[in-house]
Amino acid sequence: MSIGLEHYLFVSMMLFSIGFFGVLLRKNTLVVFMCLELMLSAAILAFIAFSRFNATAGTPLMEGNLFALFVIAIAACEVAVGLAIIVTLWRRNQTVELNEINELKH
Amino acid sequence: MKEILFHFFAALTIVPAFFLATSRKPVNAAMNMMASFVGLSALFVMLETYFLAILQLLVYAGAIVVLFLFIIMLIDAGKSPQPRLMRFLASLAAFALLTVVSFGLVFGGGSGPFAEISVEAPASLSRTFGVELFTRYLLPFQVTGFMLLIAMVGVIAITKKHESEGGAE
Repeated sequence: MSIGLEHYLFVSMMLFSIGFFGVLLRKNTLVVFMCLELMLSAAILAFIAFSRFNATAGTPLMEGNLFALFVIAIAACEVAVGLAIIVTLWRRNQTVELNEINELKH
Repeated sequence: MKEILFHFFAALTIVPAFFLATSRKPVNAAMNMMASFVGLSALFVMLETYFLAILQLLVYAGAIVVLFLFIIMLIDAGKSPQPRLMRFLASLAAFALLTVVSFGLVFGGGSGPFAEISVEAPASLSRTFGVELFTRYLLPFQVTGFMLLIAMVGVIAITKKHESEGGAE
């Protein structure tokens, strides 16, 4: 049994689903944010797998790889800003539990 | 040999991801995230994209995990409460169901048109990367750099303590 595209898509799908349910179910903001990163990297894996299996002899450049490079750069920005927001939340409320941060609700 | 390696690295990616989503302490979650990203970059190596594999290791498993650990140290996030046994069993059952369903979804439909790798990877992928990045994708590259600058300024603006606020209270 050789390793085909569907194997990589399976891994990507599992990673994305675990990240998704982590975002939905966890209460700690930091863990939620980590699960968000998991979803992003699952998308990167799908990009790279598709571009590798899609490469033909005429166009050996894998454009999905370049896209993945940009995704990684933007993810770095996103982590920096998100963690800054978490630090500010902690400074205001002394907590990072999502069910205790409900000022906008009331 | 390649199959065994693939399965090993796939397990190294997915199993820590599961423990990330279920761990009680944020530090354990960050460590599991690092293990998961190491497995992911090994998968990138198996796809013969060595440049992105190194980038993934440096940016995700290096910088981002360290940033998370630093913030965890800074804000002293506590443990989540001990989950009840039923809840733990429910999450295990959900994981098993997820595996079965995605297995069926991905492998059930037969092979698509791209089931096999048809061409060799370019020998000097990072060179191709550089040339493309500075010719065809110059504008997105510049925009990305500007975005990093904006993020840096934004982070400083968000986390700065406003002195006028402190003075008024």
